[in-house]
Amino acid sequence: MATYDFIFDGLGLRNWCGSSADDGGMTSMAQLLAQTSGGDVEVSPWETPFPSMDALHDACPSFPQSRELTSGLEQGFLAIKDSLKVVVDPLTQPLSWALNEALWVMQAVPWFVMIPLLMLVAWAVSRQMKLVGLVVICFGFLGFVDYYTYTMQTLAIIFVCAVTCVLLGVPIGIAMSRSDRVQRIMIPILDMLQTLPPFVYLIPLIFLFSVTEPKLYGIAIILYAIVPVVRLTDLGIRLVDPDVIEAADAFGMTKRQKLFNVQIPLALPNIMAGVNQTIMMSLAMVVIASLVSAPGLGVLVLRGIRSLELGVGLLSGLGIVLLAIILDRVTKAALARINVSQSR
Amino acid sequence: MTDTEIKISIRSLYKVFGDDPLPALQYVKGGLSKADLLETHNHVLGLNDINVDVPAGKTTVIMGLSGSGKSTLIRHLNRLIEPTAGEVLVNGDNILDYSEAQLRELRKHTMSMVFQKFALLPHRTVLQNAGLAPSVGGQKERQYADEARKWLDRVGLQGQGEQYPHQMSGGMQQRVGIARALTSNSDIMLMDEAFSALDPLIRTDMQGLLIELQAELQKTVVFITHDLDEALKLADHLVILKDGSVVQQGEPQYILLNPATPYIKDFVSDINRARVLRVRSVMTKAPDATGERAGEIDHDDTLESVIALSEGDTSLSYRVMKDGKLVGVLDMRKLVRALVPVEQSDDPENARLSG
Repeated sequence: MATYDFIFDGLGLRNWCGSSADDGGMTSMAQLLAQTSGGDVEVSPWETPFPSMDALHDACPSFPQSRELTSGLEQGFLAIKDSLKVVVDPLTQPLSWALNEALWVMQAVPWFVMIPLLMLVAWAVSRQMKLVGLVVICFGFLGFVDYYTYTMQTLAIIFVCAVTCVLLGVPIGIAMSRSDRVQRIMIPILDMLQTLPPFVYLIPLIFLFSVTEPKLYGIAIILYAIVPVVRLTDLGIRLVDPDVIEAADAFGMTKRQKLFNVQIPLALPNIMAGVNQTIMMSLAMVVIASLVSAPGLGVLVLRGIRSLELGVGLLSGLGIVLLAIILDRVTKAALARINVSQSR
Repeated sequence: MTDTEIKISIRSLYKVFGDDPLPALQYVKGGLSKADLLETHNHVLGLNDINVDVPAGKTTVIMGLSGSGKSTLIRHLNRLIEPTAGEVLVNGDNILDYSEAQLRELRKHTMSMVFQKFALLPHRTVLQNAGLAPSVGGQKERQYADEARKWLDRVGLQGQGEQYPHQMSGGMQQRVGIARALTSNSDIMLMDEAFSALDPLIRTDMQGLLIELQAELQKTVVFITHDLDEALKLADHLVILKDGSVVQQGEPQYILLNPATPYIKDFVSDINRARVLRVRSVMTKAPDATGERAGEIDHDDTLESVIALSEGDTSLSYRVMKDGKLVGVLDMRKLVRALVPVEQSDDPENARLSG
């Protein structure tokens, strides 16, 4: 006898359940134990099982077990997969191209051109010799230990993903700041993206795309890293001094003029803080994405774990830290320059 | 006051803040007070039956304590706040019928505004801030630079166009705010507690600047303040608000001498009357002034200056001149009597009508 027989008996569903509960096979551990110890053991009320799907299945074989739920989800996903692919595939194809091109360019440009170029970028953004020096030391070190190519691959992926995040995230953030309803819808989605373990994104993506396509890891990185730039764009625009907005209104600005001439420039420090966070998070995700064929330093980390090559793991981990420091310092310096020109 | 042209005319304007203002408005029209409306219907009465005529080319000061609805009122003049009922006529047009586009034109070309907290755009230079109105109209910086620079020079900010607002003191920032309003070349300037955030000395400076600009440009200025001294210094026409209603309006001198309600009497009781009152308000009108006179004074002199002239001798009397013509006589005894706050006017109704 199962604990919850009375529910189905009480509801008059015994016929729907089919035959009596007892011939459903020995599906539960308790029954199995009861069998081995010989004869029915009186179950004390203390051990009443939670009315879970499995427990109810014991009482009524027609009631689905929980593993049927998970396999049902899987079947459902597989069923819509093909039609989903028809829509998503062309939409995301440019991401594959961008990633492929970026990877090719970063590797094709010789190091003696690339490192000065990166120095130039660091200078243009931060105007600090100190940071340019940091760039030289870090890339010099990574090149010296023969990780130059891996570093460039990682940098290419981050570049493409961060740019995509900004291109998508800033407009979404603006939409959220202008409509409370959009904000109410978006906040739970952003919360979910932020808290869902990154590995979980990978599973449906693997079903959807082939592992050889770069967009597979591209999408995973973007989904994970887009959250801060969206949030901080929304926050930044909402925090713009209402007095200044009123002045803009009082001088007859249109909504569009207000957005581009007042709100976005004044929200820029917050938006840039979001971009900084987005870059940091895509760097974190790049390692996980190497599980699904993303090239770069993550592959080395993975190799370190898989074959217990401690040295490789540590050195590539250090490489990622160095990259993170450079990206963080350079974007923060850019942020500081914006802040100085606006501080009130 | 009746012979001047009316620039802005506010007709039975009501504003009720809350979720469902229209039914609440009916209660207000039925005579429910601000406090009762809040208690029984949870709506806030912002403005209650406001009727004000703003004369062209003059400074109209709207004065009231915080919560009196003065900032709400000024925001109705360019529809930053929508009224619940009533009319606002600007140059004879009811701006409440305006479309969005017409309203933007009005804000760009007819009315400009100066704010308490300056509200400059921190990411633009002073010159770009001063040129906000033309830049909103689509002009490039080089097109409006001359005009903006002219007004920056006029408010005393020569050669500071390339600075950013955060590099300037509060007083200088508000000069930029005024230059910004002037660069729009609008007839009407709305000034929302424009000098309240400045420290006293700077404030006096700025008041002087405004009076100077007014003498030169004769804009229609609507000035909001909670400071009676400031109001009396600047106003050609004074409107006193309390709890969203107009308590008294008229020429400041008249209000000072004939306060309509105990509220206003309290208000005006502790100001320096000698500095505010003018000879014309206390003199005796007389076409010919025979007899012993100590000298001639102008009808627009303050009583303070006359006291200084007489060296405190109350036995003297003066001929009062206007444009070189004799208009009356002023007895020093009468002057001293005028310095003592009067009992409440016998005829408050008359006081309000004359405004």
